Amino acid sequence: MVFLGGQVLPGNVGRAILGPLADQRAVDALNHSLGLDRPLLVQYWDWITNFIQGDMGMSYIFRAPVAPFVIDALGNSMKLALVAFVLVVPLGILGGIVAALNVNRPIDRIISLGGLSATVLPEFVTGIIFILIFGVWLDWLPIAAAWPANAGFFTQVYYLILPAMPLFLVLFGYIARMARSGMIDALDSDYTRTAVLKGLPWRTVIWRHVLRNALLPTITVIATQTGYLIGGLVVVETLFRYQGIGSLIFTAARGKDFPILEAGILTIGIVYSVATLVADILYSVLNPRIRLGTEQ
Amino acid sequence: MTDTSANALELHNLSVAYRVGGRNRAVLRDLSLTIHPGEAYGLVGESGCGKSTVALSVVRYLPRNGFITAGGISLAGQNVMKLDNEALRRMRAENVSMVYQDPGKALNPSIRIGRQLTEIFELRGISGQRAIDQTTAMLNRVRISDPVRVMQRYPHQLSGGMQQRVGIAMALANDPTMLILDEPTTGLDATVEAEVLDLIAKLRQELSASILFISHNLAVVSRMCDRVGVLYAGMLVEEGRTEDVFNNPRHPYTVALLRCLPRGGQRKDQIRLDTIPGFLPAPGARISGCAFADRCALADSRCHSELPPLHDLGGRLSRCHYHEKAQSLPRTTPGSITTSAVATSPEPVLRIAGLNKTYSSHGHALRAVNDVSLDLMPGQTLGLVGESGSGKTTLARLLLGLVSADAGGEIRLEGKPLASKLESRTAEQVKAMQIVFQNPDSALNRSHSIRHIMGRALRTLAGLKGSAQQKRLIDLVRSVRLTERHLSVKPRQLSGGLKQRVAIARAFAGDPRIVVCDEPTSALDVSVQAAILNLLADLQTKERVSYIFISHDLAVVRYLADQIAVLYLGRIMELGPSERVFSGPHHPYTEALLSAVPKLDETENVRVRLDGEIPSAINPPTGCVFHTRCPRKIGAVCEEQEPPLIDAEHGHKIRCHIPFEELARLQNKTDHIKEITA
Repeated sequence: MVFLGGQVLPGNVGRAILGPLADQRAVDALNHSLGLDRPLLVQYWDWITNFIQGDMGMSYIFRAPVAPFVIDALGNSMKLALVAFVLVVPLGILGGIVAALNVNRPIDRIISLGGLSATVLPEFVTGIIFILIFGVWLDWLPIAAAWPANAGFFTQVYYLILPAMPLFLVLFGYIARMARSGMIDALDSDYTRTAVLKGLPWRTVIWRHVLRNALLPTITVIATQTGYLIGGLVVVETLFRYQGIGSLIFTAARGKDFPILEAGILTIGIVYSVATLVADILYSVLNPRIRLGTEQ
Repeated sequence: MTDTSANALELHNLSVAYRVGGRNRAVLRDLSLTIHPGEAYGLVGESGCGKSTVALSVVRYLPRNGFITAGGISLAGQNVMKLDNEALRRMRAENVSMVYQDPGKALNPSIRIGRQLTEIFELRGISGQRAIDQTTAMLNRVRISDPVRVMQRYPHQLSGGMQQRVGIAMALANDPTMLILDEPTTGLDATVEAEVLDLIAKLRQELSASILFISHNLAVVSRMCDRVGVLYAGMLVEEGRTEDVFNNPRHPYTVALLRCLPRGGQRKDQIRLDTIPGFLPAPGARISGCAFADRCALADSRCHSELPPLHDLGGRLSRCHYHEKAQSLPRTTPGSITTSAVATSPEPVLRIAGLNKTYSSHGHALRAVNDVSLDLMPGQTLGLVGESGSGKTTLARLLLGLVSADAGGEIRLEGKPLASKLESRTAEQVKAMQIVFQNPDSALNRSHSIRHIMGRALRTLAGLKGSAQQKRLIDLVRSVRLTERHLSVKPRQLSGGLKQRVAIARAFAGDPRIVVCDEPTSALDVSVQAAILNLLADLQTKERVSYIFISHDLAVVRYLADQIAVLYLGRIMELGPSERVFSGPHHPYTEALLSAVPKLDETENVRVRLDGEIPSAINPPTGCVFHTRCPRKIGAVCEEQEPPLIDAEHGHKIRCHIPFEELARLQNKTDHIKEITA
């Protein structure tokens, strides 16, 4: 699997970089001094080899190496994503399980319908509502995510709860729905019937026989959403004035700071690929059919 | 708790309904039956009769929308209906077990076999090494020779037969008083089915459990059960000792059901099978008189208005006003053949010579079809038989051009060479060969009406448009005994048998020379199967079309086929005229296949059993590929040399080292043959 990931990764990286490269031709005309008039492939080669060696180039705007900006921003984004994740994954799965165990009862309807409605609301809408309620009206949480310097772990988490909330809403419905349908399939399956008819207590049936099979597809979905959580945060990060990779890319795009833009997008591409790889590995570890293949 | 002197299972006037579309639809109606301790009771009937609902009611595992509306169930003296959750769980843990169809799905895919068994022992307070020891013993008991290795495996790593053995081991692990077997061998190969049935029969002698055996296969039930109940529209219509019911039925439905089966070597050129007209009443339909009256040729006005009671005929029951004359039920389909068969021309319509197909699987060569040569005469049927994995379907696909053959072999259609790739064939050649699949659901586009599906087939295969197309369409639809009102509906509004008729009509749209029928009746009930077989036979006499007929049901193949090819690991082991292949002497493999099939008519019990499973085609055995399982192996020559396919007499070819006369001698003296395996 790891070897296969290694094979696939360069392909993904290339794809991630192609978008920005197309824009580069326009930049060419504007700015010859930065050595951008060399053949595209040569530039790409130089840039990609440097990138792999850890040199992400110089920012046009800040006149400083790109790497520290990107790494800082990525770290910040990961913190935010992690907070959102820690909140949404257990609650989403739990919601799905509860809904599945109470199929077509009011609690199921509330979770399914509520989750779905929350998913379709854009982050900037829910974000603003949350800022108004918790930040302005109730004044429970800070409205900007920038914590004071030297803030401890818990202070940082405290500052991140409000920005994490819109993300939570977007993902909750999605995860809950996947978990719910996985659970319903597993509950209706023949092997669950076998387990119940063995006379196992209901709790054992759920824990041992249903959950593992039910949550397999959900795991893949969650891992692919990691990419979204790291990369798709432009809106939320801008709204909460948070120095993550999304707002970095946004700023870079507005300032035509292509080295940062490229490095940022490539970084997101890598994070996305790694997340997908982790999901595949996890899936195959949990699923003996893929891990062992068919013998005989 | 449980009363050992009580009956194993009693159903008292049980009624079960499913709630569909806001209405309760009755599935079981006033069903009473009793299973005595140690008895094996068979429940038969066509799909939709409510057989499985009986099983699920007993273990209280009805689907969410199903519930018991009246009556009671008592299991070993316990009232199942009154149990609270904990008592119900204990009943399932201690008294009753169930084995069902599709063992691959019944086992948890992500838990090792060993763990799935030990948890049953843990429920009874046996844990750790003792549970593992008990599991090993249990797997030994179901004749799994290497339990320690099997326990380490996941279900998908076992074959279907092994999975079902594990399923049976799990069911027996709690030493139940009541064992429910719901179609336990449906979907398994005949040889595997025979093994599993043998196992159940042997275990019955070792254990005390009573058995409720549910199956649509009358022959299987007749082999396994002491008493049998015939279910129709959720009602018991006949009950009695198995041999009484099957040899001397006293309800028209049982009579009709038995007549649908091709039996005693009946052939298409001798007789048409009888069918049952009409359809089973839909679940929840209001039944005022006898449920079978609409389909019964004996029915009069009394039958339509007055529900017959279950008449007690001295140890057996029949729910028919006229039970004494049930067997005089007139045939629905005339048995005689209207058109006499025309003498066959000497030129084969299809000639295959030296056909090979090699797949590559993980870097290994897998020879799915190995040096197959045969001829198909116009207007004749070639039956392909063999276990799954024997290459039947691959051979059919090669002929159709769906997969291309290895270089070197030759296919000739009406004397002209046929390209192995479909794209290289002419439109005429493509039209000449059509296929009917096992599952008409996936073969027909569900979003189109029958008229659209047929019109399209006529346009592409026969090039017909406009009024000519409409005229031919009507003809075609009538020739498969559908009416014009079926044209406007969509496939899902038709029953399985009607859908298969549409699929057959579609295959005949371009006046094909050859139709490949891949298990066309396997998914159908026997009465529908009989109608489809009649239809195929009639179309053959009328259109002089040839069939390549693939089926695991040897009685069906025997009815329809003129020539039989028996395949094993992609090789033809035996080839010849149908009657010669069936009457013998046979290749030892054919002999084993034939004896594996439970038959209604025969009581002889000396059977040739096959050990183990079909070997992998990636690494086939040396010499004769069948030697690893052959009960008649004669020595080293079988392991070292592959025998040639020798013409023994009149085109009857056998691939075996044993001389034909010796095979004849061995097989005619069946009473001298000891059972080869244990």
